Amino acid sequence: MSITVENISKSYGAFRALKGVSLEVPDARITALLGPSGSGKTTLLRIIAGLEAPDEGSGPIRFHQEDVAGRRVQERRVGFVFQHYALFKHMTVFENVAFGLRVRPKHERPERAVIDRKVHDLLQLVQLDGMAHRYPSQLSGGQRQRVALARALAVEPRVLLLDEPFGALDARVRKQLRVWLRRLHDEIAITSLFVTHDQDEALEVADRVVVMNEGRIEQAGSPEEVFHDPATEFVMNFLGHVNVFDGRIEDGKVTFASVQVEHPDAAHLHAGPTRVFIRPHELSLHLLPRSDSLPARVTGIHAAGPAVRLTLATEAGLVFSADVSQDVYRSLKVAVGGRFWVQPRDLRVFPGIADQTRD
Amino acid sequence: MGLRPSTAEPRWVRLLLVSVTLLFLGAFLVTPLVAVFVEAFRKGLGAYLASFADPAVLSAIRLTLLAAGIAVPVNLVFGLAAAWAVAKFEFPGKSLLTTLIDLPLAVSPVVSGLIYVLVFGLHGWLGPWLQAHDLQVIFAVPGIVLATVFVTVPFVARELIPLMQEQGTEDEESALTLGASGWQTFRRVTLPNVRWALLYGVILCNARAMGEFGAVSVVSGHIRGKTNTVPLQVEILYNEYNFVAAFAVASLLAMLALVTLAAKTLVEWRVAAAPASIFAAGEKP
Repeated sequence: MSITVENISKSYGAFRALKGVSLEVPDARITALLGPSGSGKTTLLRIIAGLEAPDEGSGPIRFHQEDVAGRRVQERRVGFVFQHYALFKHMTVFENVAFGLRVRPKHERPERAVIDRKVHDLLQLVQLDGMAHRYPSQLSGGQRQRVALARALAVEPRVLLLDEPFGALDARVRKQLRVWLRRLHDEIAITSLFVTHDQDEALEVADRVVVMNEGRIEQAGSPEEVFHDPATEFVMNFLGHVNVFDGRIEDGKVTFASVQVEHPDAAHLHAGPTRVFIRPHELSLHLLPRSDSLPARVTGIHAAGPAVRLTLATEAGLVFSADVSQDVYRSLKVAVGGRFWVQPRDLRVFPGIADQTRD
Repeated sequence: MGLRPSTAEPRWVRLLLVSVTLLFLGAFLVTPLVAVFVEAFRKGLGAYLASFADPAVLSAIRLTLLAAGIAVPVNLVFGLAAAWAVAKFEFPGKSLLTTLIDLPLAVSPVVSGLIYVLVFGLHGWLGPWLQAHDLQVIFAVPGIVLATVFVTVPFVARELIPLMQEQGTEDEESALTLGASGWQTFRRVTLPNVRWALLYGVILCNARAMGEFGAVSVVSGHIRGKTNTVPLQVEILYNEYNFVAAFAVASLLAMLALVTLAAKTLVEWRVAAAPASIFAAGEKP
């Protein structure tokens, strides 16, 4: 493991930003810290970088087994990329990238020619070779972020930390840049940890996703794991759209609305009220009733996309979404006001009613 | 005549506004400025130049340069330190500090001067101690320097604080992660980020330091050739009906004002022309 932190806590006055977080970041992979604002993800990143100090009693912060918790930020050799680039505005692109090499003490400072070559290699890597003499104000947002990345890489960091690296960019550039970052990483394979609140970004770019909420880690795993096998209600809710129904567990069966479904999750759970989570794509539409289906009326259609998102309402006023393919949408002749039987193909229930996750 | 855009005022309104403004500026700003030079040269260039041969005038100019020469660097350092502290750190009493920085602007200069008399004067708190050690502050050069420093405290700090607050700490943090020491970060990142605001503050600070009358007048004692600054010397000459000399010396201050305005405009223009240096931070949401 390239970065390991144990039991890190951080309070700002009465607010506890991190509550004893332990984390392992695998070598040469991209890991995403995903969570809503206020979940503590940026605080954790800044503590790893050495830009913030954890509370007394926190555990070690290790880079490749070496405890760096007592080290100053300058000595940790991290590459840090800020959301708003933090480029030095009075320096050219070249000077920005060369900064980390030029501020080294004389006996460690590379020769001029070495710096020159290195900066140009890096600018080539981030595809900005022709821009060396421009100032940051003459670059687009995406270009600036690439300069920031080149600048961070120039000091040959042991780990690369990125704080919402695409957060300040518009949607199209953001998508391009994250594909590009993924490809760049495949080329240079540096241990990277990036913070994001955008689940698509985390799932697309990262090899490993760590979902955070209210100063704790909810789940860590591959993108597939956290998406298809969420460990908590929060992760279920946060990753992708989900319908939430109030239901009950009885005799190993899940009951909600007018439906009763046998479900393996329910078998080992205590009887009582629960919340039932069903993703829109886990619902099927039928013209005729099935054993475990409920009747609903179409109240809204959003057809501009790879799938068609339908909004449905039951007689009792329960509103939920279902995704159907464009083919099904056409063959069933779905229209607003149309009545269908909706059948869940899959659903999830979680132990206990934790009431912090619904928003 | 073509159609005017719906948002434009009628012609007569525009004319009225422009002429009111110009008349006002002419009456209250330009005329006195011109009058200073007219009066100064009333008896010819020879008499004008002769005014500066007076040892008392030369001494006043030297003292003003000395006071400004001390007050400006002191406030440059203080302004940077205070702005850094306010903009980059959280500490108890921070809002009190920012309020205190403005105190010299809020309080009448005469009161500022009196405070120094109260503290350092013969019958003041430190008076007996100072006398015992044969140190004179009030009615002497140190008092004038102190009063000048006091009244010019806000100028550099006030220019820097809002700018440094807006810029935040990301640039500095970025430099630190790249391995720069604290001093390198200050010299290579922080200082260049605020250089124009700093220069602006220094120009204003200098103008005030050289032009200050009230506070300096109280602590000066008006000892001719010893504790008179340029503004005080102007008053003395005027009170002695030596109008040519009074206006000649006053013309120095008027020229200082013009130079200050020119420098200020130049800096403002430079700031506007280089959005990279200051306003690129404006991209933040």
